[in-house]
Amino acid sequence: MQISRPRQPYSAVIVFLSLLISPLTLQVLICRNYKGDVDMAEIDHFLPLLMTQEEEGLTCPIMSHGNVHFLWIKHTNLYLVATTNKNSNASLVYAFLYKVVEVFTEYFTELEEESIQDNFVVVYELLDELMDFGFPQTTDSKILQEYITQEGTKLEVAKTKVPTTVTNAVSWRSEGIKYKKNEVFIDVIESINLLVNANGSVMSSDIVGTVKLKTMLSGMPELRLGLNDRALFALTGRDKGKTVTMEDVKFHQCVRLSRFESDRTISFIPPDGESELMSYRINTHVKPLIWIESVIEKFSHSRVEIMVKAKGQFKKQSVANNVEVRVPVPSDADSPKFKTSTGHAKYVPEKNLAVWTIKSFPGGKEFLMRASFGLPSVENDEMEGKPPITVNFEIPYFTVSGIQVRYMKIIEKSGYQALPWVRYITQSGDYQLRSNF
Amino acid sequence: MEWANQLCENRQFGSKMTDSKYFTTTKKGEIFELKAELNSDKKEKKKEAVKKVIASMTVGKDVSALFPDVVNCMQTDNLELKKLVYLYLMNYAKSQPDMAIMAVNTFVKDCEDPNPLIRALAVRTMGCIRVDKITEYLCEPLRKCLKDEDPYVRKTAAVCVAKLHDINAQLVEDQGFLDTLKDLISDSNPMVVANAVAALSEIAESHPNSNLLDLNPQSINKLLTALNECTEWGQIFILDCLANYTPRDDRESQSICERVTPRLSHANSAVVLSAVKVLMKFMEMLPKDLDYYGTLLKKLAPPLVTLLSAEPELQYVALRNINLIVQKRPEILKHEMKVFFVKYNDPIYVKLEKLDIMIRLASQANIAQVLAELKEYATEVDVDFVRKAVRAIGRCAIKVEQSAERCVSTLLDLIQTKVNYVVQEAIVVIKDIFRKYPNKYESVIATLCENLDSLDEPEARAAMIWIVGEYAERIDNADELLESFLEGFHDESTQVQLQLLTAIVKLFLKKPTETQELVQQVLSLATQDSDNPDLRDRGYIYWRLLSTDPVAAKEVVLAEKPLISEETDLIEPTLLEELICHIGTLASVYHKPPSAFVEGSRGVMHKRLPARTGSGEGTECPDVGNAAGGSAPEAAPSIIPSQGDLLGDLLNLDLAPPTTTGPTPSTSGMQMGGMDLLGGGLDSLLGGDIGGSPAMGAGFGAAPTVMPASLNAPVGGGLGDLFDLGGGVGMPMGAYIPPKTVWLPAMKAKGLEISGTFARRAGVIQMELVLTNKAMSVMTDFAIQFNRNSFGLAPAGPLQVLTPLGPNQTIEVSLPLSTVGPVMKMDPLNNLQVAVKNNIDVFYFSCQYPISMLFVEDGKMERQVFLATWKDIPNDNESQFQIQDCHLNSEAASNKLQGSNIFTIAKRTVEGQDMLYMSIKLSNGIWVLAELKVQAGNPNYTISLKCRAPEVSQCVFQCYEAVLKN
Repeated sequence: MQISRPRQPYSAVIVFLSLLISPLTLQVLICRNYKGDVDMAEIDHFLPLLMTQEEEGLTCPIMSHGNVHFLWIKHTNLYLVATTNKNSNASLVYAFLYKVVEVFTEYFTELEEESIQDNFVVVYELLDELMDFGFPQTTDSKILQEYITQEGTKLEVAKTKVPTTVTNAVSWRSEGIKYKKNEVFIDVIESINLLVNANGSVMSSDIVGTVKLKTMLSGMPELRLGLNDRALFALTGRDKGKTVTMEDVKFHQCVRLSRFESDRTISFIPPDGESELMSYRINTHVKPLIWIESVIEKFSHSRVEIMVKAKGQFKKQSVANNVEVRVPVPSDADSPKFKTSTGHAKYVPEKNLAVWTIKSFPGGKEFLMRASFGLPSVENDEMEGKPPITVNFEIPYFTVSGIQVRYMKIIEKSGYQALPWVRYITQSGDYQLRSNF
Repeated sequence: MEWANQLCENRQFGSKMTDSKYFTTTKKGEIFELKAELNSDKKEKKKEAVKKVIASMTVGKDVSALFPDVVNCMQTDNLELKKLVYLYLMNYAKSQPDMAIMAVNTFVKDCEDPNPLIRALAVRTMGCIRVDKITEYLCEPLRKCLKDEDPYVRKTAAVCVAKLHDINAQLVEDQGFLDTLKDLISDSNPMVVANAVAALSEIAESHPNSNLLDLNPQSINKLLTALNECTEWGQIFILDCLANYTPRDDRESQSICERVTPRLSHANSAVVLSAVKVLMKFMEMLPKDLDYYGTLLKKLAPPLVTLLSAEPELQYVALRNINLIVQKRPEILKHEMKVFFVKYNDPIYVKLEKLDIMIRLASQANIAQVLAELKEYATEVDVDFVRKAVRAIGRCAIKVEQSAERCVSTLLDLIQTKVNYVVQEAIVVIKDIFRKYPNKYESVIATLCENLDSLDEPEARAAMIWIVGEYAERIDNADELLESFLEGFHDESTQVQLQLLTAIVKLFLKKPTETQELVQQVLSLATQDSDNPDLRDRGYIYWRLLSTDPVAAKEVVLAEKPLISEETDLIEPTLLEELICHIGTLASVYHKPPSAFVEGSRGVMHKRLPARTGSGEGTECPDVGNAAGGSAPEAAPSIIPSQGDLLGDLLNLDLAPPTTTGPTPSTSGMQMGGMDLLGGGLDSLLGGDIGGSPAMGAGFGAAPTVMPASLNAPVGGGLGDLFDLGGGVGMPMGAYIPPKTVWLPAMKAKGLEISGTFARRAGVIQMELVLTNKAMSVMTDFAIQFNRNSFGLAPAGPLQVLTPLGPNQTIEVSLPLSTVGPVMKMDPLNNLQVAVKNNIDVFYFSCQYPISMLFVEDGKMERQVFLATWKDIPNDNESQFQIQDCHLNSEAASNKLQGSNIFTIAKRTVEGQDMLYMSIKLSNGIWVLAELKVQAGNPNYTISLKCRAPEVSQCVFQCYEAVLKN
């Protein structure tokens, strides 16, 4: 028998730094030293390292000074920094830092300098519960809210017990939840990621779908979600029309993964309220829903002429809402002039963009926008990047992959009847078309 | 809130925690005020005061003076207040160890509180008070808490054991806490199991040789069960712990993999990566022909791709790990090139990592897309990204031969942009392309020379100088160009100086008449005016070489260089294995073993992948697993450092397959304490391999500090003694090249006469053609094509006849051949049908090539393998031949044959008869084994050939005859 030598320590210190007006005054807002193996003063090296990297234009989420390593993320005007001097699990550290952001955001609506200052007692309490000696513990904010409350005085009586949920196998749902009317709302949202080359060929395109739940169910309901999943149909040998192949599926904590692995059944006890049940990725090549053709002509020292044609390549019955075509323009452009066949266009100089908005864009239609900008006679000699044209849109009542919720079975021992409601939306994800600009 | 206001107020004073002293001295009054409030009778006031204290602590003020007053507030039934006091304790106990004892009683009491939240809070805080004196008081409460009825308390107590161990390991062992902790692995509550696993793993880290975790099939089973039930973090602890287990056999390995794969569907990226780690490690034990192995490979790709939609920092960790995975198992992601295309809004660190992976995944199938992307990136504005993209184009050219031409033209386009750093980067990679495809793209040199003045980075200057030196004979003003660099010789960086020295020596050897003065100048600059030992040494060597034996100098300095390998920046296999075991951790991000950056971890055993235990393959190293079954193990590609300077490249080139014969100089170069290189050492140094002599300098450079002092002596007699070159420069015998014969007489081809031969030079097969125009009109537009043939020979490039061929003119062309063309068996086997086209017509002829040109450089078989193979090949496949009238002794014969890549593996002398055992590998992977009998005094040799494809024997025999008799 081989003797194993595990060496997988976790992170040590979580530090919040705030960035105030001048980056030089970066200071520690709150910190928690979980393991005591890294000197708190080490954080003083963080800022100079960060500044050097930013000057070189080469930031990196991991930096080190001596044998101390800083793993950091930035959230609004805060830096969340974890420090370690071991070979820590880096993916765990980042996943945890993002979880911290999530929990604090749910507690304080916004995670920013002020909310931390105003609530520093709760912040300490939370940090105490979230991680112990570098090991992340309970990070589900719904559960945390049951025993760590913002109004310290109000709930003192209730706080004499640990909610069993904390250590339950079902650590995401408390017992004894009650609703008058039992309902569950299911949102199926598909985001289209697209990358099109300057010569109009699609370089990559995929669909990232998410299934979101808003659960308003009493007790401990047992749910089963049925999708038109091709792998499931292949297993059961049934063939009922259109099916969808999901390339990769990711589930919320609550879904029984081994069950899914063995027979593709999505079964779970849902968290109460809103949650993201699952996400999936589909590689099938779909026709870009909104196709953009653009001609951008730059006449040095005088003007830029932009012509953009947008075409809705989806069913005539469907309508894309809030379509926004964002066309990059040179940073030294001025005096914009626009002409559109529909919607309206405006110049957003702080982002160097011309934004063309179309409130409602029916399928099969084609619209045109022309813009012209003046350019100064003295040219900006700084090289400018070539940002792509990006498009935002939302098409309700439709999934581009054709995925469907076939059923949602809800069983609770009290035997109540519950109603599932389903809604479908397709929207733009990272939708980029490179231009010749 | 008041304390919050105070927090803000304090903030205005200073920024750093270390400024705390400043605060205490100026604001003394405040401390007094707080003291009074802390001792107030009113509960509310007390609580507010503690909050104020904590607020001050948070902004870095030293409030340790209030220690006794705060600890007095500990006895309270207000949970919030208790938590604050505990927080204060954790911060200041260490600075006030004596007073910390005051808190012990409360801890002990709180550990028995009816409220589990308080029990847990006490046990959690206790462990954070790193004061030796009080730890022993904490053992009893901890013991109780480890057996607490509430899982929340147990899980907290489990972690506390790890904390205590960190403070006093001996105490923990003496108290038997480790056994209690082990018992918790079987706890009914998954959270407790997870924390126990985490704590044990942490403790085991400081006890590398303990059998703490005692992983066995039963405990593994428990862990796998808990895996399904615990939180996402607990799953990570368990997976990371599983990764340390070594299953007994492939069946156990498979069953664990089957239970771990569902984790790939977890929404938490860290869970996914830890699962990937377990799978990558255990996969190593699965036989590759197992269906499940294939299934597992397929299952790994989608989750890895999905990681790229995570937050950028997690993407970065994922990409660094994918880089390792792609090197270990390229098959997993080979079809996923597109997902690594860079998006405009990716952070720079993600962009750079994606580029790396794109190069690794580039293949003939996707090269067009990749190149289009890279070209797009090269016109971006981010300097580092652009540079890397340009470099990537060069890497593609080297990696995917079919794309080389497109890459070169893309690079030329980029040079035309005149963006300074793009030009420099392009020149550096073009140099590498020249190294890979010599004599193929020289037409671009003119364009490169136009940009000479704009080069200001040493690497680019060195590359350009190398190109000028290498192709000096084709650049009319090479001497002027090099001379221009010479003016500021002493201001140049070392790599440029070394390169310049070598280039000028090359130039001199190629055009001796006009450049004598120049070479003298550079030699004296290098040897007399420089303090750099590397430079001086190289200068001296050239000087001696040139003055002693110019012919030898020519052979050394202008020798054929081995080609550079295609794979780049590969991580050395044992390190790669170790890093695979650390997937997800800092080590996998840094691509360094933990011992390189974690203090105190030296001496800890490096992690290794388990060996395959499946049937048949025994304990064979997994890396050569695919080599089983007759085909040769693929030579490990050498590693070219990505940002490596020219020197680095050249050093590495010594390892690059295919190497020519002769010992590799790298080792002798490294150990050169000075004396080694004298005499015999120099032979090995100068032996063929190093070709572009800079490697020699690099070899010297490896040990500059141990150069003998006598080298400082002025050039003169002393040097002569030092470098006893007397007959030292031994060149390996070259491959046999048959004399040129006329293949196509002029009368058959409207005045075009073609004669030629075949040669193998430095691993490249070349068809050497002499075209003579015996007609009256000018001939242009030459092209060549082969019919399908036995070994898939095909031109590796176009026929380079650049100028029109006038009447009565003759031109010599060498055409590199590849062996990847279509195959058709010919009779005789070595027959080649050729079509040559010019502006007049198309002509056909056929010729026969010596099969020896297909003998590859890595054809030396291991003795053991040879024996086994010899036995393995049926006797029917053996053929015997006689070679008559050969007057070489066995050693000379062996040397001669080696020049043509016929390798002698063993020699036996039986009754005055030498038996030589030899191996040959053909370009299509066929092995030929030979036994050559040489009897002293008898000019007739007997040769027996054994081969799985016996039809080649006749041709091979012909080669033996030709090589030995010429």
